[in-house]
Amino acid sequence: MKIAVCIKQVVTREWQLRVNDQKTWIRDQDASFELNEPDAYALEEALRLKEKHTGEVVVCCAGPARATQVIREALARGADRAIHVESDALATADANAVAEALAAAIKEESVDLVLTGLQSDDQGFGQVGVVLAEKLGIPHATIIMEVQKTDTGLHVKRELEGGWFQWVGLPMPALLTIQSGINQLRYATLKGIMGAKKKEIKKVVPAVAPPAQRVASIYFPEKGKKTQMLSGSPAEAAKELVKRLREEARAL
Amino acid sequence: MILVVAEHRDGKLNRATLETIAAAQHAGGPVKIAVLGAGVDAVAAEVARADAAEVITVDDAALKDYTADGFVMALEQLIAAEKPERVFLPHTYQARDFAPALAARINRPLVTDCVAVKDGAVKDGGYVRPMFQGKLQADIAIDGPHMATFQIGAYRADAMKAGTAPIRKAAIAIDASKIRQKPEAPFKEAKQAVDLSQAERIVSVGRGIKAQEHLQLAQQLAQAMGAEIAASRPICDAGWLPMDRQIGSSGQTVAPKLYVALGISGAIQHLVGMKGARTIVAINKDPEAPIFEIADYGIAGDLFEVVPAMIAELNK
Repeated sequence: MKIAVCIKQVVTREWQLRVNDQKTWIRDQDASFELNEPDAYALEEALRLKEKHTGEVVVCCAGPARATQVIREALARGADRAIHVESDALATADANAVAEALAAAIKEESVDLVLTGLQSDDQGFGQVGVVLAEKLGIPHATIIMEVQKTDTGLHVKRELEGGWFQWVGLPMPALLTIQSGINQLRYATLKGIMGAKKKEIKKVVPAVAPPAQRVASIYFPEKGKKTQMLSGSPAEAAKELVKRLREEARAL
Repeated sequence: MILVVAEHRDGKLNRATLETIAAAQHAGGPVKIAVLGAGVDAVAAEVARADAAEVITVDDAALKDYTADGFVMALEQLIAAEKPERVFLPHTYQARDFAPALAARINRPLVTDCVAVKDGAVKDGGYVRPMFQGKLQADIAIDGPHMATFQIGAYRADAMKAGTAPIRKAAIAIDASKIRQKPEAPFKEAKQAVDLSQAERIVSVGRGIKAQEHLQLAQQLAQAMGAEIAASRPICDAGWLPMDRQIGSSGQTVAPKLYVALGISGAIQHLVGMKGARTIVAINKDPEAPIFEIADYGIAGDLFEVVPAMIAELNK
């Protein structure tokens, strides 16, 4: 089975977000970056499918030059090779532009399966995978918690809301967006990290469509006014909290 | 005109539909409501009690069970016929499954997970949506015909203006042979071992707990409070607690007397599962964490210092 996995580089969760002077994006010049966590589950699922059914895992990443960091990491975890669809414009592009750039690169590969994460930790559109399927002309299923290969295609378990699930059959080639928690992630071994240096990263320069939706302004949401913030040392704050929970909220 | 796509399952309307109708009414202009499925008269009658220009049904055996391909085919035709400037949907798992494909098919931008739409021009930032997991919010500007999905709870269902809308059946045929997904009947996993909805108090942990061995600390606090232990999704994904301890859109929804969130930043997927709690306590080292927006009491500090102090205080 030849599998393409789409990954994205996002700012780390721990990085204290700051907004740029134009209030149109974050000040990411001095940010630290990591692999978008939902994509890590898609990569892991691809590696497991390859181990079970043999084949090849090709990592596809649309992003600026700095995204090489997460491509190397994916190769170190076990992906066979990578395609870096490289453009600075992709750092802030909308879902349609990202999917278009990825589609052009993946089309040439004629893969059996495309996996993506559910959504990105930064823009969080939750769209790129599904739009990509449409652009590739292949069927898709989303929020997948289990993937089985059958004689005729795939049998996948979709998560619905409120604890419900559903099995769906679909022919291959197909695209699946993978739900976080579908598997337990592996980490790169030293051998993997060394081996990754020899693996191929093909660069592709895409034509990036101007975004149809633009961030007019980005800002911190207004705080709810009713929150009582308890200050002081940890011991003082803890003491005050327990007192309030007992006497004011009567919750203990 | 705004076309709202209703959502239902087994003849039961998803209440998020009413919230989305309220959003469309708020945005202004005539509103039409589309109901897709097989045998949808009852659902159509239910949404026809909204103040809307029209309810349009697409009733076809091929739409009996939801599929992305079936819905995209039906709505592509309906939108071509009705030419709405905007298409609104609730930001449910189902809409997330087909709306991006529909938007790509009809070449319209789609703004997802909106928490508000401003009335008037949307060229200068008419939609408000979270980014960076709710830590930031953005005003999104968009030109021309488009689509948008609305976060659950963004508008109140009871804010929907009532009326009596006429119902019309659209003349749309679906070619069932073109539906590539073959869905099976929805099911629930074996009965959940813990029913957190009955817990009076819950101590819930998030990423801030950092390591599995630190769960002990949260368990001690839970014991001192007479609380059940629960977690946000990443903790269960990592296998540190079983999945049936998960609170949020993909886990359990709870409304205890007391909810203590330890190291939980407050992504919307978590908040929808616990915002009904009577008293919410948040302890998080990031003072900008969204969890503080809904907390009654907050401590911006290191949980590894605050929690032991709380346990000591409770055990006095």
